[in-house]
Formats: sequence, C-alpha cells, structure tokens
Amino acid sequence: MRIALFIGCYNDALFPEVGRAVVRLLQRLGHEVDFPLDQTCCGQMHFNSGYQDACIPLVQRFTAAFAGFDVVVTPSGSCASMVRRYHPLVAGLAAEQGVDTGLAGLVAEVSPRVYELSELLVDVLGLTDVGARFPHTVAFHPTCHSTRLLGVGDRPTRLLRAVAGVTVVDLPHAASCCGFGGTFAVKNADTSVAMGLDKVDDVLATGAEVLTAADTSCLMHIGGLLSRRGSGVRVMHLAEILASTGAEA
Amino acid sequence: MTAGPEPAATRRLRPEPTFRGTPPFPEAARTALADGQLRQNLGRATTTIRTKRAAVVAERADWEQLRLSGAAIKDAVLRDLPALLDQLEAAVTTAGGVVHWARDAAEANAIVAGITRAAGATEVVKVKSMATQEIELNEALRREGIDVWETDLAEMIVQLGHDLPSHILVPAIHRNRSEIRDIFVDEMVRVGRAAPVGLTNEPGELAEAARLHLREKFLRARVAVSGANFAVAETGTVVVVESEGNGRMCLTLPETLITVMGIEKLVPTWRDLEVFLQLLPRSATAERMNPYTSLWTGVTPGDGPRAFHLILLDNGRTDTLSDATGRQALRCIRCSACLNVCPVYERTGGQAYGSVYPGPIGAILTPQLRGIAKHPVDKQTASLPFASSLCGACFDVCPVRIDIPEVLVHLRGQVVRQSEASHRLPTPEAFGMGLAAWTLRTPRRLAMAERLAGLGSRLVGRHGTIRRIPGPGPIGGWFRSRNLRAPARESFRAWWRRTGSGRGGES
Repeated sequence: MRIALFIGCYNDALFPEVGRAVVRLLQRLGHEVDFPLDQTCCGQMHFNSGYQDACIPLVQRFTAAFAGFDVVVTPSGSCASMVRRYHPLVAGLAAEQGVDTGLAGLVAEVSPRVYELSELLVDVLGLTDVGARFPHTVAFHPTCHSTRLLGVGDRPTRLLRAVAGVTVVDLPHAASCCGFGGTFAVKNADTSVAMGLDKVDDVLATGAEVLTAADTSCLMHIGGLLSRRGSGVRVMHLAEILASTGAEA
Repeated sequence: MTAGPEPAATRRLRPEPTFRGTPPFPEAARTALADGQLRQNLGRATTTIRTKRAAVVAERADWEQLRLSGAAIKDAVLRDLPALLDQLEAAVTTAGGVVHWARDAAEANAIVAGITRAAGATEVVKVKSMATQEIELNEALRREGIDVWETDLAEMIVQLGHDLPSHILVPAIHRNRSEIRDIFVDEMVRVGRAAPVGLTNEPGELAEAARLHLREKFLRARVAVSGANFAVAETGTVVVVESEGNGRMCLTLPETLITVMGIEKLVPTWRDLEVFLQLLPRSATAERMNPYTSLWTGVTPGDGPRAFHLILLDNGRTDTLSDATGRQALRCIRCSACLNVCPVYERTGGQAYGSVYPGPIGAILTPQLRGIAKHPVDKQTASLPFASSLCGACFDVCPVRIDIPEVLVHLRGQVVRQSEASHRLPTPEAFGMGLAAWTLRTPRRLAMAERLAGLGSRLVGRHGTIRRIPGPGPIGGWFRSRNLRAPARESFRAWWRRTGSGRGGES
C-alpha cells in the first residue's frame, strides 16, 4: 500500500528519529511510504491557543499536500485528532470569513483518511504483531488526545504487547493527563509541572526502563521532567519500539 | 486566600469575603500548589468521589442515551426560552406564587432585600444555591442589615470560616475534619449556639454540632432563600435536590420562601424530570437517588410557606445564549462531575478560579456570564479559558454532554481577538504566534527555520539537552523544572531529501 506520512512539525524539527522509525517500520511491512514535501503543520498549536484565523492557511496547505492520497499516517494522536475533529471547524471559519469557501469540501475529503499510527496498523493493515523485538521493561502512557479525542482504545497496547521480548508494566493512574497541554505547559507552567511530577512518580513506581506513548509532545514534557531529575528512564515513541528488531545497539 | 484571624468585634461587621481581587489563574494556582495540606485534602476527596461516580454510572446500560436526552432537552429549552419562561410565570402565578424578573445581580439582590424587609424579618436561612452565590446575595443582604445563615453543612463551614467556596457541590472540599472542628469551636459561639464542649473531629460529632447550631435558626427564621435545580414550565413546579434535609427545613418552615433561579434552569414538562433526576445524583454525589427531593408548586394553604416569590435571573445568561458555540454551557446542571475528574482542579482547588463556578465548567461559564461575548474582560477572567490542558476528561463525564474543550478553545479565540484589538503593537505571545504561523505557511520557511534551529542547538545544547535558555522569554516557564531536547541537527525532512525517499539507509 502507498502510505503518505504526515510527520508533524515538532517531530520534524525535534524528533526526526520518530519519523525515521515510522518509515522503517512501514517499509519493513512491505509498504511504500511517501513524504509530501509540501507539508508543514496541522495548525493545532495556533488553534488551541486561540489564534484560529492563523490556522486557515495551515489547513489549506495540509489539505493540498495530502489531497492525492488514500491513506495518510501520522505518529501523533494529537495531530490526528486536530485534523479529524477540528479541521472541519477551521474550514467553517474560512467559509464564514469569506476567505475560502472551497476548503470545507477538501477537508471533508482528506481529513477522514488521516490515521494515527496504531489505527493504521490495526484497522487498515489488520496487524497487531508487526514483527518487532524489544527486550526491555516498558510502561505505556495513553495520551489524552489519542484516547479521548481520537478513541484509539487499546490498539497501541495490543501492538506493544505483541512485541517479542518486551515486558509491559501497568502505569498507575494511566488515564490522568500528564500536564503538557501545548501552550498550557508554559502559560500555566506551575500547574503543568505539578501534573507532570505526579506522572513521573507513577512512571518511576513501575520500575520501567522505558516510557512510551503515541505522542511525542507528551513525552517531551514527561521526558524533560525525568531528565531534569536525573532519572535513567528513557522516553521513546511507540513507533520506535515497533520499528525495533533487536539488532539495534 | 483564606481570611486570617481577626478580633470578633470587627468580624461581625466586615462584609464576607468575595472573589474580587483574585489574581489571574497562573498566579492564583501557584499559591494553591504551594499548599501541601490543600493538595492532600483535594486529592483524597476528588479521587473518592470520582471512583464512586464511575461505579454508579457503570450500573446504567443506558447512560449514553440519558446523556443525549439531557442535552437534547436542555437544547430545546434554550431554543424556546422566552416562551417557556412566560409559561412558567403564568403557571407559578396561577398557583399563588409571585414571579419577579432580574436583569442582573443588583436587581435580584434588591428584590430579595425588599421582600425580606416587607415580611418584617431581619434574617434569612438559606438553602445551598449557586445562583445566590453568583450574585453575592449574602454580602448584599448584610449591607442592608439582614443576617444570612447558610444551612448546608459545607456552605456553613465556608461561611463560619470567613472563607471562599472551592467546589460547586462541596464548597468546603478543601477543608479536612480537623480544620472543620476548629472552625466550629472558634466561630459557632459568635453567631449562635456554641459548639458542644469537647468536640472532636469525628464526623458524627461534627454533624451533631451543626444540627444543634442550625436548629435554632430553622425554628426562628421567617424568611428562607433557595435556588432551584429545575423548574417545570408546564406546571410551575420548582425542584430542589439535596442530601442533608436542611433544604427541606428551609423550604417548609418559614412563612416566606424566596427562590432565585437562573433562567436556564427550566425543563418544559414534568416528564423531563425523569431524565435529570437520574443524571444529576449519579454525576454529583454518586448516588442512585438523592436523599431529599423537594418539589413545590406555588403555595398550598395550611402547608408550607404562605408566600412564595420566584426571581428569574438573567445576569449574563442572555449574552451567553447569543453565542452559538458557547451557549452549551447553559445546559449545565451544576453536578460538579467535571471538577472531580479535572487534573487541573485536583491540584489547584477551586479558589484559584476566582469565581463561584470553578473547574472546567467555571472556566467556560464565568467568562461568558461576565460578558466576554460583548466586551473585553479583565485579566483574571481572560486567564480562565487557558486554565486547562484540554485533556477532555470533563467532556467524558458531563451528564449533559457539554463539549468543554471545544468551548474553552472557542473562548481562547475571543480572548486573543480582544487582545489584538486592544494592543497597537502585538504582545510578545502574539508576535511569537505570528512568526510561527508565517514560518509554517511554506515548507521552505519551515526547512530554513529547522536548519537554523539545528545550528543553534550545536551552540546551546550539551549532550543534546537544553537545561535553560538565556533571558526570561515567553517559554522560560518550561525550564524551571524541565529540560528540553535540543532541536535535531538534521530535521526529518532534511534526512528524507538527503537519503532519497527514505530508501537510502539510516545514517
């Protein structure tokens, strides 16, 4: 299958290894990955921070970049939920302002074809065992947007548990928000950190070597707290674990 | 934010505290977060109620249908509000009640004071009510020389402690048993029957102390003030649900009953109560049915109050109704389920929100009632829609399906537009957002920015980790407790270009 990759702007700039892992995984599974170079950002940061007008050109660009593809995958539950749930609202805004009356039609065509990685693997490709090997103890954090907005359910953990050699440990209070919340992390830094430190305590209580999730943004926050604390726990995107074959260092 | 100790003589005269003067949310939250006792009290209480709610909701296979019905009924009410209000007024009047209309807090407070004075009373007993807290009725009556006695246990703890409420349903949730015992011992004696000698912090003893203290006020009072959970337009029936029975005392003993009700509290028909009397107790107190459900229609000679006044309160609700996205906040039935699951509320408590409506619902209701749709709002109000990580737990539990995250984001847009309109030059945040939007408009600019960041990270990053960045900056808050991964030296798109369709190997 020919699959277009939407990487997300922060993965592109800060966590390119997540994108490389998605490419490696999908190619290993025999699929052709395309990366339309016209893509930039889904617009979530602006949308959620109240700069909704600024999203219109970003949504225009997104729909143009991915218009020709039947299947688009993104390693972010948060970006996928922005595209599927809120791009129609941005298109409505564009129509209301008379900026772009055709955007709604394009969004209706493109946004339903955008899948978060675990949705693509389980629902579209029908897989739970992707042939990965990762001999480590792992805790999984179900991120809010992937579970509550997107409804990925147990797809990520089914994929994770099928990985050879992995030991999955239960994270206490898993469904609690880690406190990242986009610009919330800086606008309400104290509250964000208080939430994050509780999450860190829960992670450390599991004894896991690795914390994984379907969103790098949350991991950036939790990982930043773990790193400041000098903890040895690593954070890795689920894609990196699924791409592992055990041959890596 | 709790009032400190003061000499008794001045305390009786001083107006009770209000939320005026609360700083913007980030600052108020910082104070609350530093209070370990508060964090502990809140964490314990919200975890308990959250678990109980989940259990009783899970008993109902038709919970989703109930939620959909609740939302649909409330939406129908909001669509036909003027006609339904007229219908309610006619039904209440026919049943012997008197209906008053109040545009705002001042009008409503003046009506209550007028009725109380006309009844020859100098004090009122109160049923727990959010509408009267919203209009600061207690403070207004005190200014008129009328004493006000809260009779709900938690509300009484807040009043006796010269404190502010921190929860819609359990306004003293931030207090533990020992703190409550101390408040009873110190304060009851100043305003009535003293706490029993040797009072301990056993719940049974505390409840008995409250019962004895309140009993003399119930038996003496000639006027009671209540809110309303629901009012049925077709019959003119008003409904109050409660757990303690204090409400029933207030609603039946005094000669005059005054009910202050937000205009959105209507349901069209008696039958509609069926839905809400299932949704509300399970969501609020995690009970299948609340212990006391009082319903009354006008006055009944020889039974209960001889005079009944219903005050229909707008106070920003019509403005809220005019906003197509924001109006869903008017479906709220004040159950507090969203507070109890909110990870922000759990850590900051309710007082940080600077309003009688705290938590997620407060963050969308308070700015709207304060008129955000019509005019710029103050900084504290403007900070409320941002007091959320948008985790969505509130929407999941809301019994009337208010999409709180959607409204939060919508209100953030209003705050940003008002800020843009009032600043000639962009704020640092607006400038940063504008620059980011400009960069993200084309892949060329984004690639350029990534190259610059990659170069920059070679300078600032040690082992690929940034521990701080020079100067305060808009994102300085990140680095107080968190490190940040340095931007990649080679972005994904640069790697893709270099290796050729991702087939060119890994390095």
